[in-house]
Amino acid sequence: MNTDDSSWWPMGDGVLCNAASQTYPSCNTFTHALSFFNKIEGSQATARQTAELLRSVISQQRVPYTNQAGALIDAVKAIGEQLIAANPVELAVGNIVRRVLHIIREEDLSLTTAAIGGLNLSAVSDDENDDDRDGDSTLSAAAVAAAARSTLRPPSLQTLLEDTPVSAAVPQTSSSGGDSEGKSKSADKSSRSRKLKHDVIEAVNELIQDIVTCHEQIAEQAVEHIHQNEVILTLGSSRTVLEFLFAAKEKKRSFRVFVAEGAPRYQGHLLAKELVARGLQTTLITDSAVFAMISRVNMVIVGAHAVMANGGVIAPVGMNLVALAAQKHAVPFVVLAGSHKLCPLYPHNPEVLLNELRSPSELLDFGEFSDCMDFGSGSGSPLLHVVNPAFDYVPPKLVSLFITDAGGHNPSYMYRLIADYYSADDLVVQRRATAGN
Amino acid sequence: MGAQKKRAAAAAAAARVSEDPDDLARQPLQAILLADSFTTKFRPITLERPKVLLPLVNVPMINYTLAWLEAAGVAEVFVFCCAHSKQVIDYLENSEWFSQPNFTVKTIESHNIISAGDALRLIYEQNVIHGDFVLISGDTVSNMSLTQALQEHKERKKKDNNAVMTMIIKKSKPSPITRQSRLGTDELFMAIDPNTKQLLYYEDKADHSKGTICLDKMLLAENPSISLHNDKQDCYIDICSPEVLSLFTDNFDYQHLRRHFVKGLLLDDIMGYKIFTHEIHSSYAARIDNYRSYDIVSKDIIQRWTYPYVPDVKFCGNRATKLERRGICFTAFNSEIEQSRSAQVGSFTVIGYGTKIGSNSKISDSVIGEGCTIGSNVLIEGSYIWDNVIIEDGCELRHVIVCDGVIMKAGAVLKPGVVLSFKVVIGERFVVPAYSKVSLLQQPTVHDSDEELEYADNSSGTVEFSSIQGTADQSNGEMTSESSEAHKPKLGTGGVGYIWSICEGGQEEEWRHSVAPIPEDKLTELSEAMDDDQELVTQDRTALSTSGELISDSNASEGDDNEDSKDDSVYFEKEVEATFLRAVEENVKVDHVILEVNSLRLSYNMTSADCAGAVFYSMMKLAIKTPHSSASELQQNTANIITTWQKLLKSYLLEIDEEIEIILKFEEMCLESAKEFSPLFARILHILYDKDILQEDAILRWADEKEGADESDKVFVRQSEKFIQWLREASEEED
Repeated sequence: MNTDDSSWWPMGDGVLCNAASQTYPSCNTFTHALSFFNKIEGSQATARQTAELLRSVISQQRVPYTNQAGALIDAVKAIGEQLIAANPVELAVGNIVRRVLHIIREEDLSLTTAAIGGLNLSAVSDDENDDDRDGDSTLSAAAVAAAARSTLRPPSLQTLLEDTPVSAAVPQTSSSGGDSEGKSKSADKSSRSRKLKHDVIEAVNELIQDIVTCHEQIAEQAVEHIHQNEVILTLGSSRTVLEFLFAAKEKKRSFRVFVAEGAPRYQGHLLAKELVARGLQTTLITDSAVFAMISRVNMVIVGAHAVMANGGVIAPVGMNLVALAAQKHAVPFVVLAGSHKLCPLYPHNPEVLLNELRSPSELLDFGEFSDCMDFGSGSGSPLLHVVNPAFDYVPPKLVSLFITDAGGHNPSYMYRLIADYYSADDLVVQRRATAGN
Repeated sequence: MGAQKKRAAAAAAAARVSEDPDDLARQPLQAILLADSFTTKFRPITLERPKVLLPLVNVPMINYTLAWLEAAGVAEVFVFCCAHSKQVIDYLENSEWFSQPNFTVKTIESHNIISAGDALRLIYEQNVIHGDFVLISGDTVSNMSLTQALQEHKERKKKDNNAVMTMIIKKSKPSPITRQSRLGTDELFMAIDPNTKQLLYYEDKADHSKGTICLDKMLLAENPSISLHNDKQDCYIDICSPEVLSLFTDNFDYQHLRRHFVKGLLLDDIMGYKIFTHEIHSSYAARIDNYRSYDIVSKDIIQRWTYPYVPDVKFCGNRATKLERRGICFTAFNSEIEQSRSAQVGSFTVIGYGTKIGSNSKISDSVIGEGCTIGSNVLIEGSYIWDNVIIEDGCELRHVIVCDGVIMKAGAVLKPGVVLSFKVVIGERFVVPAYSKVSLLQQPTVHDSDEELEYADNSSGTVEFSSIQGTADQSNGEMTSESSEAHKPKLGTGGVGYIWSICEGGQEEEWRHSVAPIPEDKLTELSEAMDDDQELVTQDRTALSTSGELISDSNASEGDDNEDSKDDSVYFEKEVEATFLRAVEENVKVDHVILEVNSLRLSYNMTSADCAGAVFYSMMKLAIKTPHSSASELQQNTANIITTWQKLLKSYLLEIDEEIEIILKFEEMCLESAKEFSPLFARILHILYDKDILQEDAILRWADEKEGADESDKVFVRQSEKFIQWLREASEEED
């Protein structure tokens, strides 16, 4: 079912890098990385590439003295918007952008809570200083300016909390005695800014690690689901499914696999070849034979292009038929999806590009049918139309189980999982960013 | 002398290339993009804007080519600009192509270039091409992957330094109707070696009236198998070795890439350069050569054959569009268009950014550019409307091209095939007749109808007009006033522009290349012509099967060249006769004559029976030509000749079949070309028997065969009845 192959063509990424370099001069160094998008195949690789790109964006972003999280979020959003626009069909790109935004917010929050803990201490010392300040009647001009500047800063929660010690520290530098304390504070600040960036990069590294290992993590659960002498049906080809089946095979489970070929790209043929190479008993069937065969099947295991927030699945074309056939015969319909495929959007969201219409040449040969599709003769409008959609939408009620790298989940639980991975503020990356531009 | 010079130059080029082949392999792929087609098919539009910048589904054509080159892994593109070079360069400089990583676009500008050949010579002088390169014209749309073709090319190059070019071809329907209706091109014949894929013959201007094509006989002689195709389409994408450029320099008369260069290479066997083909199957490639192919390629893009270069995928500066479902098909929409609720936008339509559509307007199968204003009750069908066009209420447009800034006043009607160039104004309720071209510029006068004109006229015309173009706005007023004397603006009240008179081929030819669908009557004409062709072929086939010995050895060449082999046998006979006569005159040794005839036999692919027949025929011809006064004298002459040349004749009489062939030939001669022999038939037969040229078996079998024949056929059997009788008795005695 070729989920891992849905972004085989450039999708105008050249444009994207260029636009990026215009908006953010510092991005010139990324253009090279971005141009790799031309060659990326599969949503896992795309997700990984996106995460790595955003990591380098974060590491190169100059963080201002205050509101570092805000600056990072803006930078990531600006790049992320272009990434999404470059390849709107590959939802994994948007997912990773949102994941990274969520990571920044989370890290910021945890640092802030830590800072509040520290603030209590400094507040105590402030109280002592207050007497000093009241006593010191002459404030230097520089100190006034600094205080004024600090009030101009955007009022984020963090800056509000920080403001008190800063303004308190400024007069101290002019006065005698408080020097050492002020210095230690600013040093602390710069280390904090470095710490946020550092923490975020650490977390993004973890995310990349998760993406890299998602196949193995899903495959680890294989033995819990595939039992001895079962018959498994799958459609098309997906790397996740392949690894899953191999893992079960390696644990000495013996079972049979039916592979539906997955017209019009026939990726199922490749899957069958690989399964046989690993010694699995495999039967290749046409897509249209799925209903006839489903009564003999114990479980349907398929991959997905994306999993939406409502538990619906966007999957290669033909999947809905398989799901309906499975429901008719009460066969469990199991969808394997790495967590980078979890999309926080709903399928009815107008921003979601649900489908992609591919070239009719996959269905029929251009030369053979050119007379049926002729605009040049007769009425000027051809009688034959060829439509070749890439994806199907499988509603959540047809899905029995999702297996992600975080374990197995019910479709109705998806929203909860998504709440763990994404923050609600980031759901509309695009719109906010456009408004900002 | 020319050949020697060529050889030296080619050797130099080869040496330069083969310096270090490893380096060559690592060399980034280069491409030459010709941003000028050196033709005038898109006039009058191309007088004001270069063809490569014309919008194709709202994106300038050159972007499709560049996007494809980039995706295909080309690292450096040289855009050769000639006509309107400034516009092309300005466009490229402001586009994002100049700031791509790993993809450099460089422009080469020249104003006095009049053909593709000149352009390549200029590029050769600049010495910028270092390895294999892709040669493409800026009006080609493709989504094929170059990897395989490139690899094939490189491997061939390694083995054979003379494999200089790989031509990309694609299968198409072999019917002239489809060809005409699809890309508006003539039928193309190619002969390809099915094993090596070498191109052996290329003919795009075949003579239809004759219904035949001529292949060089050497082709058949030299190649074990040839397949002749009329079902291939030339994609005009070539992978070339650097030698190609030097070849152009050496042969300064090469102008046209196909007509001169490809055909020149195929004909010239001194250098032995070879062209190979690579066929693509599922990917798309087509060149926009005329208005019809503009229409067809646009439709293909909308139908997504060129995926991913389709309107809703961003591939170069095009604005995001969205597909909307209309019935079962899709329409590409821009997010910001104003559309009245009652307007009907049909399927296969693309509507650009910021366009307004009034109420009750109907649009189908069309492309509408950016910022257009379309009034109410307008009908647009199968048309191409570019940017900022104003169409007032109640206009009708069917299968037309409307360029930027055109204003159509209320109620104007454009008949199919009309082309309105930039900023033309069509008056109220004016009906523009079919296939007319309207421009603000006057039609350039044609000075002479020389073949070269196609190029020369173009360059001079464009340079001249590009200067006017800038000031076209201001000069509008003047120009109309001028024209009122000479041409009279026949565009209704308030109309601005000239209707160009239809040139040369006239109305007759216009339908071939316009955007309008081919009219019914022309279609039936075409299909009738095709039926005639088929009849012709079948007739030929039946004629051939009677003379069965002509079936050639190569299976691949099948019926297509059988037509030629019929002619061949006649030529062969003549050649043998000439050889023989020369031998007699110059007293050549018999062995040498045998050798010569043998070589003829091989080159014509004939059997030894044919040779025997031909040799005998020439001998008899000689006999009859020798002066003689009476029948007996003729007989004597014949006997002499047969005695002298019996060795020659015998060397072809390996079996009895060949002897029978001789008798049949003799019979035929007596009946037709040399009636003088007819009374002597029996006697000469006897002579042949005496000289051991014919065995009795052969004569008897001939007699047996003739037993059942018509009376008229039996004349000679009767004549030699006694002789046959005698032979029969003799053989019985032996038994």
